[in-house]
Amino acid sequence: MSVLVFVESKHGKVSKAGFQAVTYGSKIGEVTAVTFGDVDPSVLGEYGAKKVLLHKGLKEANDQQSTRLVVEAVKETGADIIVFSKDQAGKAIASRVSAALEAGLASGAIALPVTDNGFVVKTNVFSGKAFANVKIKTDKKIISLIPNSFPAEKVGGTAEIVEVSYDLGEAGVKVLELKTQGEGVPLPEAEIVVSGGRGLKGPENWWMIEDLAKTLGAATACSRPVADIGWRPHHEHVGQTGLAIRPNLYIAAGISGAIQHLAGVNGSKTIVVINTDPEAPFFKAADYGVVGDAFEVLPKLNEAVKKFKANQ
Amino acid sequence: MKLLVCISKAPDTTSKIAFTDNNTKFDENGVQYIVNPYDEWYALVRALELVEAKGGTVTTITVGTSADDATIRKALAIGANDAVRIDTEAKDAYYVAKQIAEYAKDKGYDIVLTGKETINYNGAQIGGMIAELLDMPYVSLAEKLDVDGDTAKLERDVLGGTEVVEVKLPFALSAAKGMAEQRIPNMRGIMAARKKPLQVVPPVDVEPLTEVISYEMPPAKSACKYIDPDNMDELVELLHNEAKVI
Repeated sequence: MSVLVFVESKHGKVSKAGFQAVTYGSKIGEVTAVTFGDVDPSVLGEYGAKKVLLHKGLKEANDQQSTRLVVEAVKETGADIIVFSKDQAGKAIASRVSAALEAGLASGAIALPVTDNGFVVKTNVFSGKAFANVKIKTDKKIISLIPNSFPAEKVGGTAEIVEVSYDLGEAGVKVLELKTQGEGVPLPEAEIVVSGGRGLKGPENWWMIEDLAKTLGAATACSRPVADIGWRPHHEHVGQTGLAIRPNLYIAAGISGAIQHLAGVNGSKTIVVINTDPEAPFFKAADYGVVGDAFEVLPKLNEAVKKFKANQ
Repeated sequence: MKLLVCISKAPDTTSKIAFTDNNTKFDENGVQYIVNPYDEWYALVRALELVEAKGGTVTTITVGTSADDATIRKALAIGANDAVRIDTEAKDAYYVAKQIAEYAKDKGYDIVLTGKETINYNGAQIGGMIAELLDMPYVSLAEKLDVDGDTAKLERDVLGGTEVVEVKLPFALSAAKGMAEQRIPNMRGIMAARKKPLQVVPPVDVEPLTEVISYEMPPAKSACKYIDPDNMDELVELLHNEAKVI
């Protein structure tokens, strides 16, 4: 089967979720990746792409132009399956391409398609509290893959690079400015996340979260009340009405674990919960629990991780 | 300004998630439906703020049966001028988007607003599909929206930061946290909502592209392993050797 994978690039770099999508696609069929901008796309070959279509004229993931790029690439390659990463840009572009091609979209895939009875993809629904098996009924099929649900694998191949210059039309949305979130790891891509709740008592205590995150190379996050009272920015809020994340390791300090918070993090591979209250509901969802005061436990954990890293 | 806000119902965030009919249907037993929070708190409230400041109308649109009328009245109580319900069960995202696009295409809406996703299906598909079907620019995951004449300025969530963008009307957007604050309807709003027009429109013929054939619950978590707060070396050791995550 011929698979087309859309890979976003930013500031001359291919996104990490893009590598995961290429690996995912290569398990289904022969992958052609399509990307844009000033990137060296040969790295995509290492993750299993046989061919890369590169549009240098497109500089950012504008959804109208990216949609045309994908539609043209589908025409050129005759792809049966189109894979996106379900990140910020992918959400917009996958749904536009679905409507443009009248091709069914399984949004939020967490596993490979099963084809013994039609074409069925397991997706996350109810904010991770359940899965839906979605059957795609059209000839062309679109899958958007939740970042971090499928690890990127280096297979060490090389891809043929083909520059394309399709007419992508006008960009209706003009970007005036990009405000970056600083040097830290972007939360949706992070493999380790350290998160704090109201139990930390105030924004002035966040250095404990930040220190541990720095030692672990982790991103920082928070619960909804913390974002609502303005201790932390909204983009750090994980939970049902915030961001849903799937890191390898989620460390929660001073968060009781309301059902709405769990919905955003229960896709994490390993969950560590630190709370003074042994009855906190979060312990039921945790792999490892520490019943103790975050103000004492977090600095101790930070020291223990530092010691561990020094001996590596 | 003529604004169209897409409203969907969703189970209350505290609902117990369970399935019936051999795991093919969501178990609605005891479930309280609310207006999907992203549609209500952010898209609808910001639309109302804009017309309050600059004049215009806010119409809500819903694809659903009469079972959806209670949530539609809630949106009217918060302040929408009128509502449209396309009288059919929502079958899949494309089916819903196509119904809305067919209704909206010749009505001259300046902005079509959706929530960034529903909290039950998390598809994040409707806004982009409507934009494509109406051939409009689309600003997804918008956290701020201001309109000046025929131009809108928005901030939106992108990989690694926030983008400030500009777009000419008409366009579509999906609203995320930060765009507005939740509004609680007052008694006057609730009374007024009863008399506001709710137009019921027949659906157009659309073939859904996908179908949910079954649901599953995630596997049960094994019991939590407790570690002494004075022994963080043990936790690090377990994270390294057992969980293999550091």
